[in-house]
Amino acid sequence: MTQSETPSPHAARQKWMAVLARASAEDLAARLATLPPLPAPETLRAPETGLVMVRGRAGGDGDAFNLGEMTVTRCALRLGAHVGHAYVAGRDHAKARLAALLDAALQDSALHATCMQAVVEPLAAAQQAARATEARKAAATRVDFFTMATMR
Amino acid sequence: MIHLSPGFADPVLDAQASFRAILEAMSRPGRIQRMEARITPPAPLCSAAGAALLSLADADTPLWLDAGDAVAEWLRFHCGPPITSEISAARFALACGVAPSLEALDVGTDEDPQLGATLILQVAGLVAGDGWRLTGPGIQHEHRLRVLGAPAGFVAAWAHNQALFPRGVDVLLCAGDSIAALPRSVTITEG
Repeated sequence: MTQSETPSPHAARQKWMAVLARASAEDLAARLATLPPLPAPETLRAPETGLVMVRGRAGGDGDAFNLGEMTVTRCALRLGAHVGHAYVAGRDHAKARLAALLDAALQDSALHATCMQAVVEPLAAAQQAARATEARKAAATRVDFFTMATMR
Repeated sequence: MIHLSPGFADPVLDAQASFRAILEAMSRPGRIQRMEARITPPAPLCSAAGAALLSLADADTPLWLDAGDAVAEWLRFHCGPPITSEISAARFALACGVAPSLEALDVGTDEDPQLGATLILQVAGLVAGDGWRLTGPGIQHEHRLRVLGAPAGFVAAWAHNQALFPRGVDVLLCAGDSIAALPRSVTITEG
């Protein structure tokens, strides 16, 4: 894609695309239902499932190697003048379509604020809370070997 | 952002049907085939040329084109060919305006004649039963084909291209939803 955009809109878009990609189809649909209905999109690329090779690099400076393949579903559609893309893990076509629709709506300045408020921010908060809970549970099982040594 | 439009409605079946039409056209030089897939590529691309490129071009086939940014963007989105400005490096060349000379295209080598480029030439119209006389492999006696808007001096350039056999350039003529092929083995004489 050749787009003449400054880096900051890309960073904002990366953030909302990440939130949309992590949410479930049910959550996206439930959040979308709270909004006034969006105009009907035109499908540019119907949801399709394939494999992408995930590459890794040991220690940040080692050679890149192929870590493994993961299942990804992608979708692209157009809402007015804006093209929404979605690449989501798994094979959920409904989720890919909803994520692409929301990506297109979020690029539209008329819809951006309402979509951000009704969909992306609650989902981001929920995902952040889930991550924090997970981290807290993991932290409770942490063993401090230094403490064990001095207890003896 | 350029206004993107959809590609094939059914990516698998439409690509197969278009490939089949191209295969038929290549095996029966000068016979006009119809591309069944209904697509609306960006102007100035006609639907037959668009369907042919969606079926044939991919990430391994460098493409040269003179059809403008909207068409380049559309093709890059749907089939992802590398767009090259060096016509001699292209596997496919798409000409909508003034056709490039056949000599500018890659003709392959004697060891690998299959590497010769394919020129997808958009013309004003194709009419059977009149015009050029085509003879050669795939034609029992002769086929007649009138190409409306054919580039000036094409028949002479074609004779030179044909003399290079087995090297050479293949041409796919597209007009509206019709295609006709001129594989490098065919002989053209003015009718």
